[in-house]
Amino acid sequence: MMLESLELNSAALPLLMAMLGPLRLWYAVPLVTSVSLVCAATRHEEMGPIVIHAARFALWILVFMAIVAAVIQLLTWLQ
Amino acid sequence: MAKASPSDETTLEINLKDPRLAAFLAWLVPGLGHVYQGRTGKGILFFACIVGTFFYGLYIGDGRVVYASTADVFSRQFLERWQYLCQVGVGLPALPAVVQRERMRNNKEPLQLPVIGDKFMRPPYKQPPAEMPGGFESPDQTDRRRRVHHPDELAQWHYEQGEYFEIGTVFTVIAGLLNVLAIFDAYGGPLVVPPEEPKKPDDKSPDPSSDAK
Repeated sequence: MMLESLELNSAALPLLMAMLGPLRLWYAVPLVTSVSLVCAATRHEEMGPIVIHAARFALWILVFMAIVAAVIQLLTWLQ
Repeated sequence: MAKASPSDETTLEINLKDPRLAAFLAWLVPGLGHVYQGRTGKGILFFACIVGTFFYGLYIGDGRVVYASTADVFSRQFLERWQYLCQVGVGLPALPAVVQRERMRNNKEPLQLPVIGDKFMRPPYKQPPAEMPGGFESPDQTDRRRRVHHPDELAQWHYEQGEYFEIGTVFTVIAGLLNVLAIFDAYGGPLVVPPEEPKKPDDKSPDPSSDAK
């Protein structure tokens, strides 16, 4: 592993973690995709309506997550 | 026989065959119950989404995030690993954890996989086994020349994997919960919200011809 080859000191690690932090958001993509597809598939029987429902549901999840993140960020600033 | 008749789809009649058997098959292998009912497209969709999510989470968590507690099933300690109750919703893919649990309860060596080793779905040790005389330790993540000692193996896993242990756990838990939805779909058909029927004229309403008198 690259991380193991680097001799990270205590100052460099938090900086690296801050830079890598937004990358962790990409883990939400497969999760949102599968959740929206499965939920949509429990409400329709044919593929066309399932895909349309899943797209709308995925968008709804992402907007909801963005609102929650914004509220948490706002609370962080007010702290 | 279930009917799917949302407003934007043509009316479909679904032969659910034996719903209980379909639900059991859907639990055993995600999507298998739907394939049994002839709903192959949905079966493949459920299988790909649920099993894909489960094994991706297992991969993120390095094979460690799916395990069952070694405590008695009806004890309070068993619920400390409540995540497994959700993970077992995916059925067969999560069942090796039960085998590993039983082997550890009977003081047997855990099963080993060729690449992954014995950590595959094995509960963490609370006391260091004989092959770990130095206890649970790992390299310090900020200074790799030093070693960090952990009170138990679960603490070691959390330290070594950081947030990926949690992310993998979330993926596998959600996969199990999603299969619960798929099981209900196999048992009862799709959850269709029926379109609103036009209101029938109320029988008790006064006759308009009587008003004219």
